[in-house]
Amino acid sequence: MAQSPAKTDYQGRIHNLQKDMIGRYYSRLTAAAENQGEKAIYMLISGNPVELIEAFDMIPVYPEVNALQLAVKKQSLPLILAAEEMGYSTDNCAYVKADVGMYFAGRKTPFATIPEPDLILCNYVGCNVYLQWFEHLREYSKAPIYNLDVPFFRTNADEPSEDDVHYVVKQLEELIEILERMSGRKLDYKRLQHIVELSGETGALWSDIKTLTQQRPAPFDAYFDSVMMMAPLYCLRGTEDGLWFFQQAYKEMKERADRHEGPLPEEKFRVVMEGPPPWPYLRQFRDLFSRWGAVAVASTYSTVGGIWEFGFRHDPQRPIESIARHMLQWNLTNRNFLQRYRQIKDYVRDWNADALVIHSVKSCRLFSAGQGDMREYFTKQLNVPTLLIESDIEDPRYFSEAQLRNRVDAFFEALEHQRMVVKS
Amino acid sequence: MATTLIPEVSLLDSIFASCRDMAQDPEFSVAKRWLEQHPGRKAIGCFPVYCPVELIHASGMLPLGVIGAGNQIEITFADSRFQSFVCSIVKSTLELGLTNRLNFLEGLLFHSICDPARNLSSVFQRNFPNLFVEYIHFPQNFASPLARQYLAREYRRILDGLEQRSGHAPTTEDLNRSLGLYNQVRSALRVIYRIRTETPHLISAAESFVLTRAGTLMAPEDFLNLLDQVLRELPTRPVKPKDRIRVVLEGSFCELPPIGLIETLEQAGCYILDDDFLRGWRWFTEDVPIGDHPLAALAESYSERAYYSGTKHDSRESKAEHLIRLAREKKADAVVFQAAKFCEPALFDYALYRKALEEAKIPHLLLEFEEKTWSFDRVRSEAETFVESLLFD
Ligand code: SF4
Ligand code: SF4
Repeated sequence: MAQSPAKTDYQGRIHNLQKDMIGRYYSRLTAAAENQGEKAIYMLISGNPVELIEAFDMIPVYPEVNALQLAVKKQSLPLILAAEEMGYSTDNCAYVKADVGMYFAGRKTPFATIPEPDLILCNYVGCNVYLQWFEHLREYSKAPIYNLDVPFFRTNADEPSEDDVHYVVKQLEELIEILERMSGRKLDYKRLQHIVELSGETGALWSDIKTLTQQRPAPFDAYFDSVMMMAPLYCLRGTEDGLWFFQQAYKEMKERADRHEGPLPEEKFRVVMEGPPPWPYLRQFRDLFSRWGAVAVASTYSTVGGIWEFGFRHDPQRPIESIARHMLQWNLTNRNFLQRYRQIKDYVRDWNADALVIHSVKSCRLFSAGQGDMREYFTKQLNVPTLLIESDIEDPRYFSEAQLRNRVDAFFEALEHQRMVVKS
Repeated sequence: MATTLIPEVSLLDSIFASCRDMAQDPEFSVAKRWLEQHPGRKAIGCFPVYCPVELIHASGMLPLGVIGAGNQIEITFADSRFQSFVCSIVKSTLELGLTNRLNFLEGLLFHSICDPARNLSSVFQRNFPNLFVEYIHFPQNFASPLARQYLAREYRRILDGLEQRSGHAPTTEDLNRSLGLYNQVRSALRVIYRIRTETPHLISAAESFVLTRAGTLMAPEDFLNLLDQVLRELPTRPVKPKDRIRVVLEGSFCELPPIGLIETLEQAGCYILDDDFLRGWRWFTEDVPIGDHPLAALAESYSERAYYSGTKHDSRESKAEHLIRLAREKKADAVVFQAAKFCEPALFDYALYRKALEEAKIPHLLLEFEEKTWSFDRVRSEAETFVESLLFD
């Protein structure tokens, strides 16, 4: 039976730590915007090569992170509408619209002033909207652009081909030349190695944290609480600060696991979550599942910036090549749809999940187009109970709480019923 | 005064009528007949936008345009696989597969045009395990010479896969022969487009559209014959220019608009001087050079002598500036932006174009379509109003 939701936001020590660190990151952005700070490099989350940016003491700006912050702070709708006024379609990814709306509104947000780009680095890792988004920002800002073309992981091989790795490595070398010109100094290779080493350690901790949810009960929610750890993973990876954050996070989560403490009073269902969260209504969305004692033990969304839980580590001995491999292979968006099926299948098995929940978001066709086929595969071929629900990642107009609640309730009622039948 | 007797149905009219039938045939009858007549040969489907058809042809197989199903079939199965907010061509192409209409194909090639098409290629792979499904990653870093080198290697990989399916490993001569043949086809199509720009009354956009579409459904040798006939007949076609506005049409590079929609636009008073219908089958602005390294030549042409397209992101020239330049070159009065519903790349382009067109003071009309549409009344009145506003300006 569903229960009224307990307060389920994660409130541990690292919650505050995260706030502090991201706050400091945003102050750096504001300083850069006011021309007192570092050079701003616009980049995309998926497979980001932040290590190189760090090596040149420049600051990464992630329009996706800004867009999601705007949605969380309920600021996205007027900006989306402003972009639609300009000619963007209701069917375009709303991340882009919120960002473009913000750009033309003077780049001021409640959390920071976003600097103009010094370089638009389109790390084209999977999502095709990336290309268009940055093409547009380039038209608007007239800043220089570099399209870092990362071949999609399009074969059934376990590894990308040597040709693909070579192609990306060579482009990273071109990028280094651009950054050298911008900064007026040569790449310090030793420093890059050190940064990549920090990334490697950060990745290892993140992977350890994610493995903790294999326990019963899971010490945290691998969808709703994971997102708290994702911004530091992109904005601070490759720094001492970032590493320290993940050390603290691991410590805290491990203690909870040892105390058999979970995010809910009782863990009744373990689910795998597929698809991005509805940022404008995160809390309401979470409650729909908490009422049923459903905890996410794994999620695909937490791997958009990188997949570490299956063994990938940045390698300081081959820093550039390992950045290339991260972009090519070790993030969700550059993998094909069937590789995603396999990833979810592994989660269901190794994290002992009872069900799969697919949150289909209209904005993000990279995630969602074809999820009906995914549902077909999991229910018919693998006999994994699967729920498919729809809303949006950024646009509050597509969140219909009552409708979602009905679907979620019906699904868990059926699961509960099935359990009782099996038991008796 | 003696009147010339015009035969009721001219050769051209009958060619366009049969092309129209082919363009609306979800059963690929012409291709199937060809395969019957050529025992042992196989066919490979090409999902839009661009496909290196020469590789397929040189391997001894027949490249075919698999470009949705227009308004000819009901969608019964594919709707449960792809959501309501995904464009029609993705669903109707899957429907063609799920209703066994693609069983005669040996394989299907997809490439990096948009996120739904990419996922579609995976869905095909899972649902049709016997089909050779390949996905080509076309480079997007045109500013770097690395992209061309990469693409030549990608072509090698695709060719290796094709060879396995056809049992024939093409030689350099084979490849060059195919390049030469398709050069001829594309060059004839370029002439048709030039005629449309210079004397738009001689051939309508709908006619050139069905002709090009039919060409994707038959052997290129046969298509070339057909094109030759059309080009012979066109200059003496007994038609007079009409008082129409001159437009350039953009945004329909993937999902095919219904033929009736194009006709409606023309009847409403537009000469469509240029468009991006089936752009991938006309892709190059000049011939692909023939030489010792055909794969490299084809790859280099992709980056150096190809048309602009909504699915290519070439940072060397701004897309919006390119469209403005095109409209001015063609001396167009206006731009019609005609996008498939839910087509993310086209709809993104529109936002860029609109700003640029407004700044350049070029009037434009936005239309959204779905391949399955039957009725064009609303479009007719919108287009008529638009045309009138320009004619009597
Ligand atoms: S389509 Fe998806 S991955 Fe791409 S920018 Fe939008 S939300 Fe991000
Ligand atoms: S019509 Fe547009 S969205 Fe649909 S497959 Fe083609 S390019 Fe992609």
